[in-house]
Amino acid sequence: MIEGILIGLKTALSFQNLMMVMIGCFAGTIIGMLPGLGPMTAIALMIPITYGFEPATGLILMAGVYYGAVFGGSTSSILINAPGVPGTVATSFDGYPMAQQGKAGKALAIAAYSSFAGGTISAIFLLIAAPSLSKVSLSFRSPDYFGLMILGLTAVAAFSSKGNFLKAMMMCVLGLMLASVGQDTLSDIPRFTFNTMNLSDGISFVLVVMATFAMSEALTIIIKGNDPSKAAKQISLTDLGSIKVNKEETKQMAATIPRSSILGFIIGVLPGAGATIASFLAYGMERNFVKSEEKEKFGKGSVQGLSAPETANNAACSGSFVPLLTLGIPGSGTTAVMLGALLGFGIQPGPRLYETNPDIFWSVIMSMYIGMVVLLILNLPLIPYIARILAVPRTFLIPMILFFSVTGIYLMSFNNFDIFLMIGIAVVATILRLYDFPMPPLILAFVLGGLMEENLRRSLLISDGSWSFLWDRPLTLCIMFVIVLIVGWQMYNSFFKKKL
Amino acid sequence: MKINSVKIISLLFFVLSAFYLYTAHQIQVFAFDEGAPFNAKTFPIYLGYAGMFFSGLKIVLPDQKPIEVDPTYLEFKKTILLVITMIVYGATILKVGFFLSTSLFLVLSYYFLGERRWKYIIIFSFPFVAIFMYLLHGVLAVYLRDPLLKYIGIMG
Repeated sequence: MIEGILIGLKTALSFQNLMMVMIGCFAGTIIGMLPGLGPMTAIALMIPITYGFEPATGLILMAGVYYGAVFGGSTSSILINAPGVPGTVATSFDGYPMAQQGKAGKALAIAAYSSFAGGTISAIFLLIAAPSLSKVSLSFRSPDYFGLMILGLTAVAAFSSKGNFLKAMMMCVLGLMLASVGQDTLSDIPRFTFNTMNLSDGISFVLVVMATFAMSEALTIIIKGNDPSKAAKQISLTDLGSIKVNKEETKQMAATIPRSSILGFIIGVLPGAGATIASFLAYGMERNFVKSEEKEKFGKGSVQGLSAPETANNAACSGSFVPLLTLGIPGSGTTAVMLGALLGFGIQPGPRLYETNPDIFWSVIMSMYIGMVVLLILNLPLIPYIARILAVPRTFLIPMILFFSVTGIYLMSFNNFDIFLMIGIAVVATILRLYDFPMPPLILAFVLGGLMEENLRRSLLISDGSWSFLWDRPLTLCIMFVIVLIVGWQMYNSFFKKKL
Repeated sequence: MKINSVKIISLLFFVLSAFYLYTAHQIQVFAFDEGAPFNAKTFPIYLGYAGMFFSGLKIVLPDQKPIEVDPTYLEFKKTILLVITMIVYGATILKVGFFLSTSLFLVLSYYFLGERRWKYIIIFSFPFVAIFMYLLHGVLAVYLRDPLLKYIGIMG
């Protein structure tokens, strides 16, 4: 492991990769600050650029963007009560009241230190957990993988779509349908190509991500008449005050950070849960841990109330890399985008990544740590200046997003058809967004589609067409049991609580 | 059962799934694969049924919190204009070339979104695209086909 860490450090600390971490954190912070544009948009816009780099460098850039976007989301949460990403909603509960009390700088500093500590602790957990889990996952068979993929999709649909389970499941199916377009991987038989050569290679992953995130988010902003740059203007005008944290506050944070990190990491590892649930759970848990007089301060600018969700959401970000790096199965929309990008590089993440591409495996883990340092040193003091860059009017911002989306796909295929297809998918996605149909399950399903079909094919062939493979192995049986529990719980809500 | 926009979308999804299922059944597999436990159309057939199942449930089950979007608050005109501009951009990018089509796309998009400061519109279109192209060619070594610039003699 030490050798791996050194390889990772060497790769991550090369001049080019250090620059990528910095650029990624900076760009991520900018996009994450804009309400409505989250980490997935930030990463989607970066994908075409990363294809010009080495896989490790591309992945490091995307990881930097991811962390930067989460950090940027916290900033708008604290300063103007407008969370840039869902994972930072809980941050606003105590961060915004603190900013209103004239302690905006302090709130940002607490958020940054907590994020740093949460990210660092969970990066250490990842360092320990990932190789061990990689070894364990070598014993997984096709039925287990198939079950895990169904579990991932069901969990994302159940936990990340605010009571819209059926809508999320429809999006999963739509994602799988889009993934099935093109030649069958084994027999090369064309499917759903409607006799056009343009579809014979299938629909590009970048095209779907750009259309459903970058482009459709931009169109949603326009159709709803929102102006994300207003938020940035407000941020740039906010007087931050001192960013010093006193001894008492440090002591309070020191108690909160370890428990929130552990909780955040565990939640992050679970498929579908992610940063949003981690931050809310950490906030709730912290409220139960503190003394009654401190409990009164929750919601009015409590240090622990701010530190807990910030620590947990960053820890969850690292945790979400565990299933991606060790099983090759992403547990969230963002890591699904990263999986798609990795597959684009010709790298198949999974238990063997640890052995076949140790430089990628370890450099990503090490770059997470470096990313945390960059966010702390560079981004915290630069927040007002970054906000000023962001205060560009939406009349310029939206066309730029559309331009980067169209150009991104054009640079990859030099084909009009892909541009038209992207515009078509983006228009449909915009309509679906208006009616609260979640997009992350669609992306996750699109990325997993090929792998899922492959594992189902192997399982059915081995069992001679019998579905008994779902309960033949104890591990598969356990996974199926969890799936049944999740679906059953959602159905119970549907028929008895009517929240579906 | 009250009909709302979500139900209509679900119904459209149901029809799409039914069409997908029909198309899946039409997939021509090899003769020796026809009776195999798994062939090229097995997974799509399951997907078609799954799509019909979930959308069917969404249509039948009552909505506890129906979402209705008030169309009077939506900016259809700007959105449609932007989409049309993108389609025209996509249609012209190969024939007219990257530089001119992208610059014009940006100019029109800024204008349709309400920008009237021509100084900024010009700066963030033609020179911006020129710099972008230079970075693509010079730094990332990505060649962009541009018949117009080639005709003028700027590009080789």
